[in-house]
Amino acid sequence: MTKRARPDPADLGAALFVLALGGLAVWQTIAIPRSPIYAQVGPTLVPWLVAAALLVLGALLTASALRGGWSADVTEVAEAPPPNPRSLGLLLAGLLANLVLIVPLGFTVAATAQFVLTAAAFGSRAWLRNLGIAFVVSLGAYVLFVKALGVNIGAGLIEGLFFGVPD
Amino acid sequence: MDAISGLALGFGHALSLANLGWALLGCFLGTAIGVLPGIGPALTIALLLPITYSVSATGAFILFCGIFYGAMYGGSTTSILLNTPGESGSIITALEGAKMARNGRAGPALATSAIGSFVAGTVGTLGIAFLGPIVVDLALELGPAEYFSLMVLCFVTVSAVLGGSAVRGLTSLAFGLLLGLVGIDLQTGQPRLTFGIPELLDGVNVVLVAVALFAVGETLYLAWRHIEGTQEVREVGSIMMSRSDLKRSFWPWMRGAALGFPFGVMPAGGTEMPTMLSYYAERKLASPEAQAEFGTTGAIEGVAGPEAANNAAAAGVLVPMLTLGLPTSATAAIMLSAFQSYGIQPGPLLFTSQAELVWTLIASLFIANVMLVVLNLPLVGLWARILKIPQPQLYAGILVFATIGTYGISNSVVDLVLLYGIGIVAMFMRRFDFPVAPVVIGMILGPMAEQAMRQALTISQGDWTTFVTRPVSLVILLVALAALAGPRLYGAWMRRVAG
Repeated sequence: MTKRARPDPADLGAALFVLALGGLAVWQTIAIPRSPIYAQVGPTLVPWLVAAALLVLGALLTASALRGGWSADVTEVAEAPPPNPRSLGLLLAGLLANLVLIVPLGFTVAATAQFVLTAAAFGSRAWLRNLGIAFVVSLGAYVLFVKALGVNIGAGLIEGLFFGVPD
Repeated sequence: MDAISGLALGFGHALSLANLGWALLGCFLGTAIGVLPGIGPALTIALLLPITYSVSATGAFILFCGIFYGAMYGGSTTSILLNTPGESGSIITALEGAKMARNGRAGPALATSAIGSFVAGTVGTLGIAFLGPIVVDLALELGPAEYFSLMVLCFVTVSAVLGGSAVRGLTSLAFGLLLGLVGIDLQTGQPRLTFGIPELLDGVNVVLVAVALFAVGETLYLAWRHIEGTQEVREVGSIMMSRSDLKRSFWPWMRGAALGFPFGVMPAGGTEMPTMLSYYAERKLASPEAQAEFGTTGAIEGVAGPEAANNAAAAGVLVPMLTLGLPTSATAAIMLSAFQSYGIQPGPLLFTSQAELVWTLIASLFIANVMLVVLNLPLVGLWARILKIPQPQLYAGILVFATIGTYGISNSVVDLVLLYGIGIVAMFMRRFDFPVAPVVIGMILGPMAEQAMRQALTISQGDWTTFVTRPVSLVILLVALAALAGPRLYGAWMRRVAG
């Protein structure tokens, strides 16, 4: 262990996030209505304990971050490849596309968009081929889940075209 | 019921065509997901939880346990051929296994890990059958106060003892407990931590959290740290082991199994510690010629021992899960929530109230082991081919199925927002070295611990000293305290001695 006096800003961010989570827990615990039913242990005790634990742990992490942080001491973190914002951006775009498209256009369109963007995030340039694979995989998954397992995963444009509009 | 008559009953049911089919499907799926990097048994079982609505409890648990055992077998294939551990228990296998593969000895490495897994899996399953009823007898004496203390011990060991740092492990646990609190409080009917969002009144779904942590978070992290290029898969070659390979593997298998099982049974859980200990033990005990192979050309002892320890520990994890209802790994926690969705109360009464289910399950574990060694030895070429699925399409497919698994539960976009939100948190947890398993365990075990605490305090009429005046409860809490403070005190003492 080497001693470093300089704070690690990234670790400090993580520590502050834990503190904020603790604050969120306190806020929501205060918001719990008073129970009209008598209970030896009310509904707020455990939330208070968890909130307190998060605040204490967050404080410990903040102290550690101010004293140089922990990331530099973890080999897995220290030896990790450098960040790749382009890949991460494409993947997040894929998640967002799915979120926005699934209700208006249905599962197959949303999943196809997500598949193509995810494959691109991991460096695949074969857009057209991925589009084909994505369409087959998504529609196949839709058939498997909705028709075989009876789990509804959101019908829309394409599903209506193939199987008729659901009731 | 004792082990012998239990097993007789169990094999009678397990050998039915339907149950054999579930076992085979589980073994096949388990090996496949164990081989594929990026998906593990916890995620797979979470995605399959909806089948609990349409399949009998026995069938579902045979399938889940087949996946659980199969993933342990498959994980070693990836470690050896790709030098990328498929799951945490095979990190050590990659050390020597990948070196053997580089020197053209991938075949014997795969064979010794498959046979070692079989030996250890069988020893471990025998352990479950004979130890299970004994633990149940002891557990029946425990009241809510002791149960609460046991859960505290479980929390401490999974979050503070394993992993890099007690503070980060406990933070993960607290995050899990917080997620577990969301929803209506069952005892008083009050909404908790719902932010006024009606979708949250039913609580946060376990499947959603598991998928967010293990699929979305992992994929996001891999994209964030993505480097262009493909990995090389080593050729398998002949899987025949020479007479000397067998002789050198035999005792490592035995020692690995003997080392792994107790670690799995104790709530210290996890497979990392026993595999590491087995590796160092074999390295010490190996003949001088073999010692020279360690770290250079790859020593077969270093594959045989840790692989056996890994599988025996995995079997051991099922003992506290089936007898006490205490999950000590993320996969066991997900299986526990499957019990809950069948309305089955996991715990010591399981062995009497659901004797047929439990013993059929244990018998199926023996059968699964035989199936797995057959699936993994002659068919190893097939699994090696799975490894050649290109990364972009693999992760794209994983995310599509992750979305289905979550959206299928409720058809609610709120759930998808939660899924991706927790996934982003999980990505940062990976970056800042916070373990994810305590989140799942805290979320599932937390509400059970709260219930046990309330019951204990109702019995004692609000007297908090009940947890320390009941001797068994006190002892368990002291063990938990020692597990939390012990390593730190030891470290301080070592520094004082050294300084």
